[in-house]
Amino acid sequence: MAFWIASSPHNHNHTKTPNLMRLVIYATLPGVLAQWYFFGWGNLIHIGIAMTTAIISEFTVLSLRKKPISHELFDGSAFLTALLIGICLPALAPWWVTVIGTMFAIVIVKQLYGGLGHNPFNPAMAGYVMLLVSFPLQMTLWQPPLTLVAVDLNFTNTLTTILTGFTVEGYSVEQVRTSIDGITMATPLDTLKTNTGLGLTVLESIKNPVFGENLALGWEWVNAGFLLGGIFLIARKAIAWQTPVSFLISLFICSFIGYSISPDSSASTMFHWLSGATMLGAFFILTDPVTGATSNKGRIIVGLLAGLLVYLIRTAGGYPDGVAFAVLLCNMSAPLIDQYTRPRTYGHIKGDK
Amino acid sequence: MSNEIAPQSSDDLDITDDTEAQENAAALKAEYKELAVQGLWKNNPGLVQLLGLCPLLAVTSTVTNALGLGLATMLVLICSNVTVSAIRHWVPKEIRIPIFVLIIAAFVTCVQLLMNAFTYGIYQSLGIFLPLIVTNCAIIGRAEAYASKNPIKQSAFDGLMMGLGFAIILILLGVIREILGQGTLFDGANLLLGDWASVLRIEVMQLDSQFLLAILPPGAFIAMGILIALKNAIDSYIKSKEVIDTEQVIERVRVNFDS
Repeated sequence: MAFWIASSPHNHNHTKTPNLMRLVIYATLPGVLAQWYFFGWGNLIHIGIAMTTAIISEFTVLSLRKKPISHELFDGSAFLTALLIGICLPALAPWWVTVIGTMFAIVIVKQLYGGLGHNPFNPAMAGYVMLLVSFPLQMTLWQPPLTLVAVDLNFTNTLTTILTGFTVEGYSVEQVRTSIDGITMATPLDTLKTNTGLGLTVLESIKNPVFGENLALGWEWVNAGFLLGGIFLIARKAIAWQTPVSFLISLFICSFIGYSISPDSSASTMFHWLSGATMLGAFFILTDPVTGATSNKGRIIVGLLAGLLVYLIRTAGGYPDGVAFAVLLCNMSAPLIDQYTRPRTYGHIKGDK
Repeated sequence: MSNEIAPQSSDDLDITDDTEAQENAAALKAEYKELAVQGLWKNNPGLVQLLGLCPLLAVTSTVTNALGLGLATMLVLICSNVTVSAIRHWVPKEIRIPIFVLIIAAFVTCVQLLMNAFTYGIYQSLGIFLPLIVTNCAIIGRAEAYASKNPIKQSAFDGLMMGLGFAIILILLGVIREILGQGTLFDGANLLLGDWASVLRIEVMQLDSQFLLAILPPGAFIAMGILIALKNAIDSYIKSKEVIDTEQVIERVRVNFDS
């Protein structure tokens, strides 16, 4: 019997891309279910539209590039991108927003750079940012939680709103978003930003019904769902724990400093953790193995940077939430961070090249 | 340019003159053809040299703006090429660049004042990018690389072709971005061409809302990248066809060790 000698690494991880992607898709389930429970069918419909678009555009580009279609089409990465876009979009946004965003993400951000593994930016977030920059009006059509909506938003109503802009009874999106008092309701982050701009204190702002009894009605449970999915992913070793932990700690520290300096105009630390896209960004987007940093030290730095950026954009920027922008900026800096955080090669002395 | 060779004998004077003239005409024709191919395709200032990217990306949000800037640049390029070529024997090599810049600046000032006087709307929407034509590398590049070494006629033609190549890319980008962004074509053409041109405005598609990405600078970068990719794809397609043609005639060359 010949003794087979192989070079390192000796301990292989046999996980294949489709398995990993499937695991991540399963892990989003708690968050998506919470979203469905509090905000209705909108996001599920958007996820469906996005997945259809993703499959069609991926198929078109792969056949143009003469790549193995069945192998790359079903590796799950396009499904994951579509899923993330569907989750991120405002529930009542028109259907073509999803189609354009997904096409941009798959064709330009992913395939034109060379496909999975070669894209410098996270496709879902680049597509989302493109939509945010291009269609500011449609991308702010956030729907308040179902309990606050006067119109009965069942499946048919949501579907017709997404496709035509009106419910079956003829209510427009604006009317759906208007509370009984005649005030348009936005997301908690958006409301807080507007009110702080108007000179109201945080305590006065959170009397708005969109904040609910705790921090942010509905959003806290959606974030809790994504946190649960993220912990599941870490337990299964599908993602590295360094990025989400350092991101959340960084956001905590930043918001804590802000809160201690001026509690009247800064939201609490837990509000920053449990509203907007914090948990989704921490566990599902920043941990993208392609666009993030690769070394452990690099991951921690990327997480810290992202937390700082999210806090800065939320408090001082023009947009209410900044996870998408922060992720893109971190994607851009990841190669540089990797360059300076190369792990020491085994057997080499520190500082020895 | 070798027409100063004296005839050797008086007998074949007519014949040599004739053939020389014919050769000269053929060479000139080939030169003009080469200039056109270089300016419009092979060495296009927008697609290949990537010169003057700043105005190329900044003002092409509508066809009208692109056309305005394209025409202005072309005019400046022709005039500066002609002038540089006309004074090429008297310019000392050491200070040629400042002289070229002064010539270009003078023509840009003329164009700017003309546009200010006759097409005020487009003058306003082009803004700083009109005076910035002075710094357009394509213009000084042509002055340095071609006009300062060649006669006036060829230089003028070179300026025309290079300017045309640049203007075509500007207009192409303008068309793509205006259709995607606003769904129109030639919107505001009356600012450039006079009141009659307002009938040129075409509503290509009805958009509920503007596609801001196409109008903002990132859209220009993406559209530009796709145009360059398209040009490279066409080039490589042509090349692959040529390779097939030449592969059929394979000549065997004997290599012996003596040589």
